[in-house]
Amino acid sequence: MRAAIVGVGEVPPQRSTEGRTTMSFLADAARRAVADAGIGKDRIDGLLVGPQVGETPQHVPATVAEYLGLQPRMANVVDLGGASGPGMVWRAAAAIAAGMAETVLCVLGNHREPVAPRSPNRNPIREFDVPFGASGANTAYALLKTRHMAEFGTSDRDFAELAALARSNAQTNPTAIWHGRPADVDGILASPWVAEPLHLAEIVMPVAGGDAVIVTSESVAAGLELPHAPVLLTGAGEMVTHRAMSQAPSLTTGPLKPSMAQALAQAGLGIDGIGLLSLYDCYTVMLAITLEDAGLCAPGRFADWMRDHDLAPGGDLPLNPNGGQLGIGQADLAGGLSHVVEAVHQLRGTADGRQARAARSALVTGNGATMSEAVALVLEAS
Amino acid sequence: MRIDPHALSVPPPTPTAETLPFWQAARRGELLLQRCADCSRWVFYPRALCPHCWSDRLDWAPASARGTVRSFTVVHKPGHPAWAVAAPYTVAVIDLEEGPRMLSALVGIEPAEARVGLAVRARFVEVGEWTLPFFEPAG
Repeated sequence: MRAAIVGVGEVPPQRSTEGRTTMSFLADAARRAVADAGIGKDRIDGLLVGPQVGETPQHVPATVAEYLGLQPRMANVVDLGGASGPGMVWRAAAAIAAGMAETVLCVLGNHREPVAPRSPNRNPIREFDVPFGASGANTAYALLKTRHMAEFGTSDRDFAELAALARSNAQTNPTAIWHGRPADVDGILASPWVAEPLHLAEIVMPVAGGDAVIVTSESVAAGLELPHAPVLLTGAGEMVTHRAMSQAPSLTTGPLKPSMAQALAQAGLGIDGIGLLSLYDCYTVMLAITLEDAGLCAPGRFADWMRDHDLAPGGDLPLNPNGGQLGIGQADLAGGLSHVVEAVHQLRGTADGRQARAARSALVTGNGATMSEAVALVLEAS
Repeated sequence: MRIDPHALSVPPPTPTAETLPFWQAARRGELLLQRCADCSRWVFYPRALCPHCWSDRLDWAPASARGTVRSFTVVHKPGHPAWAVAAPYTVAVIDLEEGPRMLSALVGIEPAEARVGLAVRARFVEVGEWTLPFFEPAG
């Protein structure tokens, strides 16, 4: 199922947001995406939003639509954690193909409160993880890293290479939270343990921000006078396997593996046909497993693979040229959409100062919860 | 640092009608799991239907309370502030002998001694108003 991405918007990440609301970040991102597409807001007739722990737990689409002055013919919540953004793009394409809407706004964003709101009751994790000292994602992803090291003999340095690459790429992106603050492997390893073997610098920095993407059909896109060439969605795949890390079918491979295989098959591409990697990187270990699950290298060999490639923006296979979330910061659920936004910029040639060399196709991933919610997209230049 | 569970004042379990027998058994020092009367497979966490075959004939049965460490992490910065007094402490995913996996904390072991594949057994410890199945080296 193909569709066209005609506009993207990203609110620069920021650490503190006093006086602002989550709704204002959604509005900011949406306004940027509409301006980028060169369309009026009234062309939007579909709306996809995420869940919100804080301000608006229920009736989110109606609340966001009202705030933005939209009256969509299709509105829904996509609740796939960090996979929500890519999941929205695929659902937008499906809704358009089904006649539910013609032009869909996908938007995620958040402000930051001094004390982050805690999720309400979340059994079974609340019942069977939290009482044993396992609260939050850091513990879960540390379990992945330990197992990867034990099973494949990968080293702390191997994983630090991924964080150092993110920091290096972020130096090309003035909006990145780590811009102006590169770190080499030793610098990454010098950061304190959070959940051993995870260092602080292997974990995304929480930020406020927002991302928005406007999806329409290829035929509608062809009839618009667009400032930028549309980017095409040519393949997608999705899988959800579990919720709590203890229930994961595997700690060394995840649901992105079949999702990426399906997305590539739909696009009629092999992994060798991909020119740009825009891969979800909440933790170094998640990126390592994704590289291996994509078939770029054998399980356990991501570090060898890295040494064989130049993954910088100007390299032979750019990996998260804007720094990824490890470089720019994680704007909560919007972080998952940021990988779509970056791929669109790269494919249509609007990635100022970090433009990849003539990439025509990109693999984009989203990952939610404990390596349990997965969406992969293939995007191509038109 | 070794966890001193008796010194903990942390978020307690939040049992439901489906899971209460598990916690009641823990109070007796027993690891009680569900087992499917149709497909014979063991189930954790407790629920109303077998996730393997969708039978609703789940019986409670005592498990061996033994397993091996599938993976672990030494938590230095706990996600919940109440655990800060215990840090650094060790959280592990345990492969139970019967097949299911569960998460717990390791007690009776220094964090540096934790290993993937370590044989462990449950050690039931009162924490506040509940008894929790922690795990310790099987020795």
